[in-house]
Amino acid sequence: MNNLTRRMALGLAGSTIAAAAMQGGEAWAQAAPAIPTSPATMPRLPIEANAELRLIRPSRFVPPDEVIFRESLAKFTQATGVKVTADFVGWEDIGSQTAVTANTGAGPDIVVGFGQSPHIYADKVIELTDIAEYLGTKYGGWMFLGEKYGKKNGTNNWIGLPMGGSTGPIVYRKSAVTEAGFSEVPQDHAGFLNLMKAMKRINKPGGFALGNAVGDGNGTANWLLWSHGGRMVDEEGKVAINSPEALASLNYMKELYPTFVDGTLSWLDPSNNRAFLAQQVFLTPNGVSLYFAAKNDPATQAIALDIEHAPMPRGVAASTPQSATILNAMVFKHTRFPNAAKALLAFMMESDQYDRWLTGCLGYWSHPLKAYSSSAVWTSDPKIAVYKEGMNHRFWSGYSGPISQAAGTVESEYIMVQMYSSVASGQATPQEAIRNAERRIRRYYR
Amino acid sequence: MSVTAIDTWARPRQRQGALARLFDWKPFLVFICLLPAVGLLLVFLTYPLGLGIWLSFTDTTIGRAGQWVGLENFQYLFEEPIFWNAVFYSVFYTAVATVGKFGLGLWLALLLNNHLPFKSILRAIVLLPWIVPTVLSAIAFWFIYDTQFSIISYLLVEVLHVRETNINFLGEPWNARWSLIAANIWRGIPFVAISLLAGLQTISPSLYEAALLDGASPGQRFRYITFPMLLPILAIVMTFSIIFTFTDFQLVYAITRGGPVNSTQIMATLAFQRGIPGGQLGEGAAIAVSMIPFLVFATLFSYFALARRKWQQGESND
Repeated sequence: MNNLTRRMALGLAGSTIAAAAMQGGEAWAQAAPAIPTSPATMPRLPIEANAELRLIRPSRFVPPDEVIFRESLAKFTQATGVKVTADFVGWEDIGSQTAVTANTGAGPDIVVGFGQSPHIYADKVIELTDIAEYLGTKYGGWMFLGEKYGKKNGTNNWIGLPMGGSTGPIVYRKSAVTEAGFSEVPQDHAGFLNLMKAMKRINKPGGFALGNAVGDGNGTANWLLWSHGGRMVDEEGKVAINSPEALASLNYMKELYPTFVDGTLSWLDPSNNRAFLAQQVFLTPNGVSLYFAAKNDPATQAIALDIEHAPMPRGVAASTPQSATILNAMVFKHTRFPNAAKALLAFMMESDQYDRWLTGCLGYWSHPLKAYSSSAVWTSDPKIAVYKEGMNHRFWSGYSGPISQAAGTVESEYIMVQMYSSVASGQATPQEAIRNAERRIRRYYR
Repeated sequence: MSVTAIDTWARPRQRQGALARLFDWKPFLVFICLLPAVGLLLVFLTYPLGLGIWLSFTDTTIGRAGQWVGLENFQYLFEEPIFWNAVFYSVFYTAVATVGKFGLGLWLALLLNNHLPFKSILRAIVLLPWIVPTVLSAIAFWFIYDTQFSIISYLLVEVLHVRETNINFLGEPWNARWSLIAANIWRGIPFVAISLLAGLQTISPSLYEAALLDGASPGQRFRYITFPMLLPILAIVMTFSIIFTFTDFQLVYAITRGGPVNSTQIMATLAFQRGIPGGQLGEGAAIAVSMIPFLVFATLFSYFALARRKWQQGESND
């Protein structure tokens, strides 16, 4: 069966994958809504004989993420005869597994890792410019973060293929915010502080993670810094944390922290989800997974109906001060089947596969290609509309410096989180906290 | 091996003889017999230890081979408050937890040493906290200490009404520190209790009978018989316990990740944090290497102080 399809696929000179995508596409034609496309030619990628691919990616947070992803891989195998083995790896392990793969030159051909990885191992991965440009042309161009994380710093060479991004805007209970006397989440600092104070007063407090939580903790810290116009490093990667803006954000933190529910200093990534679903917290930043969990559990239907989303308060920033956790695919040079690997990545981003995945995950991974903004998922449930622009945020980890390993180290060392939490807990004055963070950041940006 | 045989079968005998003589040569035989053990030690102990020490003098990160930087890592660490905080809490954690474990463990051992109904079952049950995988018990404690869902807070607030608000176990530095120590003591008691129980059972009953005849009180029997007889095993168990506690990782990492704001960071978790998630292998190794002097000191203290014959036998200077 496999042999037959492979021979067929190889026989079609030139547009192997286009043909494959069409074959697979017919079955889904009715189910998938129309994603606007522009004419584009898929680069010629003759698939190597007997190609086999190994792929690793981070484990799922919402179940359809894995189910649909695997189905799409199976469709690729069906269409091209290329056997694909996929492993889902814990979020905390994917970084070290990527490092080992890069250093040993063995292991998976494709790593769907996180944001910075292709930039750290830029000399170990193959260029993906051809498929990235093809996809960009076909699907209305790449969104800001897609381009930022895909292209090597300061060039037009694509070394990664961003497949999606997960953002954490404000998730809140409409009833609690109304009871506190607000119709929506204010976008300015003073207004937001008033809302948080009012919510604390009616004993329905909000809370932001301030513990050593890779995703949520860093999200809190980044929002505080960026919404005050601060930045960790400048465009050249020189440490710029010691600034009046950062000081203002720390002073704001001091006022905001007393409005949080108890225990946020010890919150790890799952803590706010748990507290929210148990009705202990009524406003917290999170990915769509929280709403997804509430909606799919009959016991929490009432909570799901009451959930609303809002962008993170903008403060003085020019746009919503938030970034996204980027799912960034890369193909290592050690692969024996680079064409098959590139073909697979392009295949996964084609609307027949991608739109199903996007819709099935309820927008958990926001799309990086502009055309998918017209996906049915974004109109299927008005409550998730805020996630639609997830990849269009103008901020990134290590803003406003180049994407680098140092930015990743600062995040996994929780340096920024601890700058805020040390002030919140009263362990340090804002000035001390800044100096401490500056010293630590400087060590990784030297 | 007779002399005549050599004359007759000179050539083959000589060849065999060389090999046989080699194996009969004691230094060689000793070397050969030790080889497997030495090989294992070299591969699994010396090499990782040596590599760790080497890494601590380099600026290796995950994904990039490092260069020799001499003592730079240590110089940076010695100026860093987080490192000193970890040193402080490691020592504090070890000291308090060890005292707790030995106090309660010894008490438990004395109780179990009595004739009780269902003795064997009781002893098996006592071992349970030690048998449960650490990470599982850590997750259980994580829930027990959760700010929002703690069972202890629930009992105090909802059932007994002695408190108004939940206890913020892991959100306040000192609360978190004591909470972790309590969890560590809970986990460590069985090891101490069962080891000391084994020690107690080697004490000859005739000593107690003699003491009873002399009219010794229970307190005197403990002070002059049980305690001195237990000291040798106490020294060993304490050495192990200190090493286990000082190098504890799973409990702290699973419950607090070193938070809030690094206040429960111990050297082992800080080394891991810097080395693996942070990717700074050199710095992580330097923190791990900094643990060695403490461990050597603890071991020497236990061996030379607690295991002294004079102490054990309660004699004065001879």
